[in-house]
Amino acid sequence: MTRPSRSSLLMAPALAWLAALMVVPCALVLALAFFRRGIYGGIEYTFTLENFGLVFDPLYAGIFLNSARIAGTATLIAVVIGYAAAYAIAAAPRRWQPVFLFFAVLPFWSNYLIRTYAWIVLLNREGLITQLLRWFGYTGEPPSMLYTEGAVIAGLVYNYLPFVILACYAPLSRLNPELAEASRDLGASAATTFRRVILPLTVPGIAAGAVFVFVLSIGNFVTPALLGGGRFQMIGNLVYDQFLTANDWPFGAALAMALIAIMLLVLMAQALAANRASGHVTQAGGGTDG
Amino acid sequence: MNHSFARSFGMRTILVLVFAFLYIPIAVLAALSFNEGGLPTAWSGFSLKWYASLAGNSAILSAALNTLIVALISTAIATLLGTLLAIGIEMRRQYGKGLEALIFAPMIIPDIVLAIALLSFFSMLNLTMGLHTIILAHVVFNLAFVCSVVRARLKSFDWSIVEASADLGASAITTFRRVTLPVIAPAVIAGALLAFTLSVDEFIIAFFTAGAGRASTTLPMQIYAMIRFGITPEINALATIVMAVSITALTLSQRLNRGIIGQ
Repeated sequence: MTRPSRSSLLMAPALAWLAALMVVPCALVLALAFFRRGIYGGIEYTFTLENFGLVFDPLYAGIFLNSARIAGTATLIAVVIGYAAAYAIAAAPRRWQPVFLFFAVLPFWSNYLIRTYAWIVLLNREGLITQLLRWFGYTGEPPSMLYTEGAVIAGLVYNYLPFVILACYAPLSRLNPELAEASRDLGASAATTFRRVILPLTVPGIAAGAVFVFVLSIGNFVTPALLGGGRFQMIGNLVYDQFLTANDWPFGAALAMALIAIMLLVLMAQALAANRASGHVTQAGGGTDG
Repeated sequence: MNHSFARSFGMRTILVLVFAFLYIPIAVLAALSFNEGGLPTAWSGFSLKWYASLAGNSAILSAALNTLIVALISTAIATLLGTLLAIGIEMRRQYGKGLEALIFAPMIIPDIVLAIALLSFFSMLNLTMGLHTIILAHVVFNLAFVCSVVRARLKSFDWSIVEASADLGASAITTFRRVTLPVIAPAVIAGALLAFTLSVDEFIIAFFTAGAGRASTTLPMQIYAMIRFGITPEINALATIVMAVSITALTLSQRLNRGIIGQ
């Protein structure tokens, strides 16, 4: 048997599985978004665009903007903390770096629900933070931190931070230390060196980390449900409701497609950012060659 | 030098703060699971009673059994399919971007989207949902993860030894068993452990594809239901066990295949 045909044979079962249980169901959701909701909650098979129109209805558009704001804030915070952490890990002695990295990523692989629940334990009215405040002499009412937007953002940052650390560490660890030295020798301050040399070279890592946090946050429904106490609807919660409570599957499908569209846009932006960053590097390289 | 001292002090402070942020929440949770009193207010002595009460909770035990069934079967299927897929791809000298995207997709599609897609698909087929539909669903993302771990290992594989083995008269199966498999075995096991961990922890897709009724409740579904009622020491104990299991599986996986998480 020839090599390509043997290769096809080996790939066939997995590709068939993905086709039947991922491609077809996703295509089905896409199709569903163009049908009408039946009077009794079923699906009426007449073509319509009104589900997509409804996505832009002020009520739902507001939820989209809200989700984007929450996901954006979480992304920003996670990138700042994650980049600092990755920078500190990359600056540590070589033999310690894999150890730090491993322990930075370890919590990420434990159960998502449990990591979110840990924040309920921390933030509830009698939780650790209230206890600490009391210990420092605070006597007033326990602060209400749970079921706020801040709690949702904290939960998202906590859950996705390890990935940002990983994504930023990769380019930081490959950074040639001579570049920073050269910049300093040429009289640049530490801040300028960081802004003009280190940061541009590590943009792909930042972009990858940011995309990951943003995409997972905006489609999240567990964190808003648990830490937001159901008061902060995000797109994920909206999709959930259409399928499990409101029983409007076509609208839920349209919302899911909008979510995928946002995800693709963000991925395209990331590819652009990575391209521009590599253009920057080539330019710098071209300069030395020429 | 003063400057570099200040710098390394700054770096250490960042590391301490970040690790505190990452580990304090789960450490507090684990510590409270041993708290006699059962309220998050005050420590009242060491006790294992919440672990004992877990052992007597039949809802949790049956959910744990369901999770084990789903994780074992979906991992077995995904490991087989994912490994074959990885070998098939790496054997080719070229493949299209479409193929790459198809294999990458299960890892990046938002869970909620795959969950509702499968729910729509299964109900359109009038399939009775239960553990079997969760297994079908879990194989989708598990095989993608196994495939990516095995592919990373195959990147440095010298295909000429496969040809040499064939030239020496070994059948395709013997070649696989005696030449390819020994090279990729650590990655296959690491991929399987990773898949197992992901399946044990997966909540959203299971929640949507489990169907009605409590018979096919998995552990994360049970945990979600319990968390919504608030904090109990019993959840703390359960959470501590689940974390310990996934952290052990992942550490093993990492040791077998250095670099899958450090990539």
